Amino acid sequence: MLALPRASLAAAPATLLNASYDPTREFYKDFNGLFVADWQRKTGQPVRINQSHDGSGKQARAVVDGLEADVVTLALAYDVDAIAAKGLIAKNWQSRLAYNSAPYTSTIVFVVRKGNPKAIHDWIDLVKAGVKVITPNPKTSGGARWAYLAALGYATKRNGGDATRALGFVRGIYKNVPVLDTGARGSTTTFVQRGIGDVLVGWENEAMLAIDEVGPGKLEIVRPSMSILAEPSVAVVDKVVDKRGSRKLAEAYLRFLYTEGAQELAAKRHFRPRGQAVAARYAAKFPRMNLITIAAFGGWQKAQARNFADGGTFDKIYQPG
Amino acid sequence: MVALAPSIGARPAAWREPSPLPGFHLAFGFTLTYVGVIILLPLAALVARPWEHGLDGFVAAIVQPRTLAALRLSFVAATMAALVNVVLGLLIAWVLCRYEFPGRRVVDALVDLPFALPTAVAGIALASLYGPNGWIGSLLEPLGVKVAYTPLGVFVALLAVGLPFVVRAVQPVLQDLDAGYEEAAKTLGATAPQSLWRVVMPALAPALITGFALAFARGAGEYGSVIFIAGNMPGVSEIAPLVIVTRLEQYDYAGAASVGVAMLALSLIALLITNAAQVALARRGGR
Repeated sequence: MLALPRASLAAAPATLLNASYDPTREFYKDFNGLFVADWQRKTGQPVRINQSHDGSGKQARAVVDGLEADVVTLALAYDVDAIAAKGLIAKNWQSRLAYNSAPYTSTIVFVVRKGNPKAIHDWIDLVKAGVKVITPNPKTSGGARWAYLAALGYATKRNGGDATRALGFVRGIYKNVPVLDTGARGSTTTFVQRGIGDVLVGWENEAMLAIDEVGPGKLEIVRPSMSILAEPSVAVVDKVVDKRGSRKLAEAYLRFLYTEGAQELAAKRHFRPRGQAVAARYAAKFPRMNLITIAAFGGWQKAQARNFADGGTFDKIYQPG
Repeated sequence: MVALAPSIGARPAAWREPSPLPGFHLAFGFTLTYVGVIILLPLAALVARPWEHGLDGFVAAIVQPRTLAALRLSFVAATMAALVNVVLGLLIAWVLCRYEFPGRRVVDALVDLPFALPTAVAGIALASLYGPNGWIGSLLEPLGVKVAYTPLGVFVALLAVGLPFVVRAVQPVLQDLDAGYEEAAKTLGATAPQSLWRVVMPALAPALITGFALAFARGAGEYGSVIFIAGNMPGVSEIAPLVIVTRLEQYDYAGAASVGVAMLALSLIALLITNAAQVALARRGGR
């Protein structure tokens, strides 16, 4: 976590602190440069954007505990809701920007080793005996929660809506997980560097990044028949921008995420763009998938309470017997 | 640990021994303030936190099988690792103090490395070493021994983290222990084991206990280096600090603090036991 000291000199450039989650590091580095140049051209005012990256939940807690972030760009709406629950962000935050305040999206995919030796094509292949699945812990990782819900969504459909049998299916997947890392990056390391497991279940953007890093021909992406539309959410932290007088800048910053240039950057950094033009240009990179949304689970509050809170469905998987 | 000078006679007990050194009030005031702000205040904040759902909520947060298993793993692994470190740390301290060999200073400096290394770096290094395709892991795998991503991995990580505490606690005492004592014991007819057991060990015991306590306390609360090698399976290889992080991730501050308070209480009990052992030793040794 990096919070640069922000001097409040009148002559100093306006600053903005963006508290984000880990996998957006590269994207926001590029995006901030683009925004700063655009803002200066339009208003003549120099600005400096400070970035802070950590786990999504940890960042939300930091903001609740007093980290003066003007904007948050987190992994899931649940974490923004947690800040809103403390009164720092207006309750209607999600409707203030287009597309549920999620300017870019991602989804959950599989990564397998070269040639897909275990023939993994869909969720059903993850419950097979002898298949080792690597995915992070939904209790500590936002990405893992999306993955869990994607599996649950598939299982529910497959079992005709029978919740008990659907959970049995999901349990079958997690019985094949030998290591539960605390975050998405940790799971990628376990799978790619340590060579553990046959399939990595996680963010599409992380999967593409991993393939960039190890070079072509070693790993392959497999897209299951059904997955979930992961909507990383952004919001202005009202309490902070009103105190610092940075509302105008902060709102412009988030709106700028929806411009074509920014959407193009997001697509380059492996996030699925929302803008039609850019999406069309990157159609080959991001094949169309059958995606359910969080609404299928009644929204994040319900999904969280039912599945990931203590005593929820995820805990039941690991109860003996 | 500090043997107070016994007050002989019926002199009314002053609340402090008069000292010829000036500056007591200032130094004492500073000590109290500093200890209060740095140690007591955060602890008080922690202890005050879990009660929003009453005693029942506190107990319920702890007696879940998953939490209990995590507490058991953390404290058992920390105890075992500290015990092994007491033996091996003594050996290392002994070699460093009693023998001259080329590279001694290098080895001496290496012992401190786990102190200096960010724990996450240590954890990642251990995980890559002991993973199935790591240098050590690939040798152990055919023997059916799995270290990384098992409770054994937790133990191995705590071994690495705790070692310097024991070595650094024992070393200065050993350095000050004149080899003349051992020679004298020998001239008086003691065998080597006898002189070790009856001359050297009693002098070293307080330092060993201190080293054990430090290594244990650090190990029980260790997060960074363990998390990468443990595998983190609920009920199997999940450590107590991870349960705390998990609760925080659910914005369950009270639940997290409950586990924190439980860990604090267990550590306090363990440290009280080691302190009592030290006092008992000091009495028996008449020192």
